[in-house]
Amino acid sequence: MTTATDSATTDKSVTTQVYRVYIKATPQAVWDAITKPEFAAKYGYGGRMELDLKPGGAYKGYASDLMKSYGAPDLVVVGDVIESNPPNRLVLTWHPIWDPQTSAEPATRLTYEIEEEMGLVRLTLTHDVTGAPYIAKQVSGEIPNAGGGWPFVLSDIKSLLETGKAMVAA
Amino acid sequence: MADDDDRVFKALADPTRRFLLDRLFERDGRTLTELESELDMTRFGVMKHLRVLEDAGLVVARRSGREKLHFLNPVPIRLIHDRWIGKFKERQVSALVDLKAELEKKS
Repeated sequence: MTTATDSATTDKSVTTQVYRVYIKATPQAVWDAITKPEFAAKYGYGGRMELDLKPGGAYKGYASDLMKSYGAPDLVVVGDVIESNPPNRLVLTWHPIWDPQTSAEPATRLTYEIEEEMGLVRLTLTHDVTGAPYIAKQVSGEIPNAGGGWPFVLSDIKSLLETGKAMVAA
Repeated sequence: MADDDDRVFKALADPTRRFLLDRLFERDGRTLTELESELDMTRFGVMKHLRVLEDAGLVVARRSGREKLHFLNPVPIRLIHDRWIGKFKERQVSALVDLKAELEKKS
């Protein structure tokens, strides 16, 4: 292992976040929870969304009433589908535009992987936040009272699929 | 699911493993070699601790070319938060809701 490889790896690694959760559900149910607007409004931040599941298709995430009460605009995230392979893999660009600082940073990239393992579904979300340190902080759940980021959202998907209801009423 | 919680609590019950998590929190996606350099411990010892953290889901290892990178996965800790802390908070709230219902019924 050379020093050059090490530093190359380091540069790349600091800009990737990996989140994983095991869910007692079918891959299709997990896929639906991520891609269908009627499910997406039931967990996490509870905002409405639109997703056109074909390469180049648009993703739009809207603010919930609660987010709006904190001053968020109507449209909070925009993106484009890069790869859609139901029910196993979804790759999309993801650009939060909920405040001037996130808008100023480049679009990030989300990869959802849904795999079956020992009767459970293993959901892995990889968030490539290259060049977007402010967005990286916002989504990691590090900022107090900002909602908990991806750990909160994935925990809530698990709750919704396993118990039929989300932790936090959207 | 109780098994999952057990694994997380056991993994967290060791100072070396908490140290490894702290290092990954500081900077994510490190190789075994990098992590090993910060500990006064054999490579094999560090591997064993990482294995326990991986089994608990607190560390996710991903291949990147020829290297194996270790990422901190905060979701299991969030699940414990939601299952335990969230539950206790909910109980207080529901107790207050019950009290309100009871008082309003009488008035």
